[in-house]
Amino acid sequence: MTKADIIENVYAKIGFSKKESAEIVEAVFDTMKEILERGEKIKISGFGNFIVREKKSRIGRNPQTGEEIEICARRVLTFRPSQVLKTALNG
Amino acid sequence: MQGKENALTKSQLIDAVAECLPHIHRTDLETAVNTVFAGMTKALKMDERIEIRGFGSFSVRRRAAKEGRNPRTGQPVLVPSRRAPVFSPGKELKARINGAAAAQDGDSNVA
Repeated sequence: MTKADIIENVYAKIGFSKKESAEIVEAVFDTMKEILERGEKIKISGFGNFIVREKKSRIGRNPQTGEEIEICARRVLTFRPSQVLKTALNG
Repeated sequence: MQGKENALTKSQLIDAVAECLPHIHRTDLETAVNTVFAGMTKALKMDERIEIRGFGSFSVRRRAAKEGRNPRTGQPVLVPSRRAPVFSPGKELKARINGAAAAQDGDSNVA
């Protein structure tokens, strides 16, 4: 499934043109990206939560050479599926 | 450990989208957003991978059965194999999320 399929779903569901449906879907993902970029969390009930986590810096190791390197503090995005979605996949 | 406790719900996401698209009724946006996630759920249910360019991809992974334990009694129980949704953020989004943090504390990145 790609964004085009999602746009098709929205197009089939509401009486908008393809162009408007595309505009809406783009706006949804763009808005989500902006929210997450600010470090905020998004909770989609029935689907899951998108959470930005702060990772502290730590000493890592290059698994090939065994060389130690410092992994800088960074922010990562994680997704926690909701119980509803987990159950849907195992129904 | 956990980031800021600032969280937006689905309806707040719809509000934010509505601000970008003032010519579209909120009710329609609500239907649209629900359709987006319902469609994604359906695709994952059919073991289909979802790729949203610039955002990330969702896929389904099979977790093997394992022996777990009832934490209260310590009794071993069999946890059956199951399917779990997995999200992997796209390169662009990863960079945007991390870029904001790096810019804040002026840290350089290590490869």
